[in-house]
Amino acid sequence: MKPKSVAVVGAAETTKMGKIPDVSVLGLHADAALNAMKDAGLKPSDIDGVATAGVSPVELAQYLGITPTYADGTSVGGCSFMLHVRHAAAAINAGLAKTILITHGESGRSRVGAGGFGRNATSLMGQFEMPYGVTSPPTMFTIPVLRYMKTYGVTEEDLATVSVIQREWAALNPRASFKDPITVDDVLNSPMIAWPFRMLMCCLVTDGGGALIITSADRAKDFPNKPVYVLGTGESVETPMVSQMEDFNSSKAFRVSGKKAFEEAGIKHADVDHLMIYDAFAHLPLYGLEDLGFVKPGEAKDFVRERNTAIGGKLPMNTNGGGLSYMHSGMYGMYALMESVRQMRGTAAAQVDGAKISVCQGVGGMFAAAGTVIFGNEA
Amino acid sequence: MARMLPEPTPETRHFWEGCKDGELRLQRCTECTHSYFPPRPFCPKCGSRDVEVYAASGKGFLYSYVINHRPRPDMGTEPHSIAVVELDEGPRLMTNIVGCPQTPEALQLDMKVQVKFEKQTDDISLPLFEPAKG
Repeated sequence: MKPKSVAVVGAAETTKMGKIPDVSVLGLHADAALNAMKDAGLKPSDIDGVATAGVSPVELAQYLGITPTYADGTSVGGCSFMLHVRHAAAAINAGLAKTILITHGESGRSRVGAGGFGRNATSLMGQFEMPYGVTSPPTMFTIPVLRYMKTYGVTEEDLATVSVIQREWAALNPRASFKDPITVDDVLNSPMIAWPFRMLMCCLVTDGGGALIITSADRAKDFPNKPVYVLGTGESVETPMVSQMEDFNSSKAFRVSGKKAFEEAGIKHADVDHLMIYDAFAHLPLYGLEDLGFVKPGEAKDFVRERNTAIGGKLPMNTNGGGLSYMHSGMYGMYALMESVRQMRGTAAAQVDGAKISVCQGVGGMFAAAGTVIFGNEA
Repeated sequence: MARMLPEPTPETRHFWEGCKDGELRLQRCTECTHSYFPPRPFCPKCGSRDVEVYAASGKGFLYSYVINHRPRPDMGTEPHSIAVVELDEGPRLMTNIVGCPQTPEALQLDMKVQVKFEKQTDDISLPLFEPAKG
């Protein structure tokens, strides 16, 4: 795509966040969508494109009263929304639609109107992974990490440090689920979930949602809020089975997606003011920093320990508190996008002064997929 | 609650038949010689349909793992390993390491392991791995 050819003109999360036992999954999509439309000064009849994951775009369009000429149901896990932004940019550039709504809503904690977890014993995962006790993220996403730790000399303290620094960011965010400070010892003394992962190295399970509205850059200035331009995008997928990742020290999907986005945006790493890396577990920001090329392989642990990603550091990362402390409904990617947009608008709770470029990296499944969106706030 | 068991498909049946017969069956491409897993009737490296099934050595090393501490009644009452083994033939597969304490001290990365088939039903035996003997 051509950099700055499209922009985010509406962005909002659900009215409430965390524990929302009185709203269903579809209701959370709608709440976020209505908030985003209000943010952009639009009505459902102004929207001509829809994209979502979790529920079908058909369900979403009918529920909101939208008649779209473009529908995207790409569903590759938590980074689906990064892919939706990428596809929306292509669609707008190709004239398929003018104003595209992307929604997310998930009742991860309360499970109101949420489907069950499917177990298909004939799938490759069902045959070759699930029989060994692999069924949920804590026993899947975690599988590669001991190899990564051995390869690069990463310690449990290094993983714990990621959680500690993200909690420092969360303390600045009134909407964060967990705001009380924690220490490395607190993390290492929290209950064991799946060795070497302790509870405080694992994400929250909460309810919430978010929605984005995207249109062409030439229309973007006519909306009430400061436009946030899309500079570059990337996507890739690798494997539904974590055991079949090509390299346990690095995510191929991250590398492919990140490289594509940086090439499209035509920026260097030194140009980046703000970074979001989807953190379902404490090792993901370490993989992300290396796979996106911010540091060399094996250097992320030192980069984080030296507080480069912390408050006052040169590369503020996961400034909303992340999936570890802010919220994580299941498909967290939308909240990472929301924080990038807030930082570019200058309205974040922990605003990075003068930030002009934000990189937002999502993961889907357990290193199964990746999506990258690079935002900027200068036309 | 019983452990979830695989339901073989036409493309994977040879593997599960092999486990029942005490043989770890992999596939390799007769054109490019690439060995691969999980089963499929074509080579994922070169796309050739000329592939063959062969009996692997059942030997390999512990590549990575976790020790699950969350309640899993289907997996017993104690913490248990969920591991990835790299086979001598190249492919990696998910498994459990058995026959040793389920502790970080006993489960050292790169330790040699060998396959041990554990019968679950008349149709399904699972390929588990234990520390190599000798």
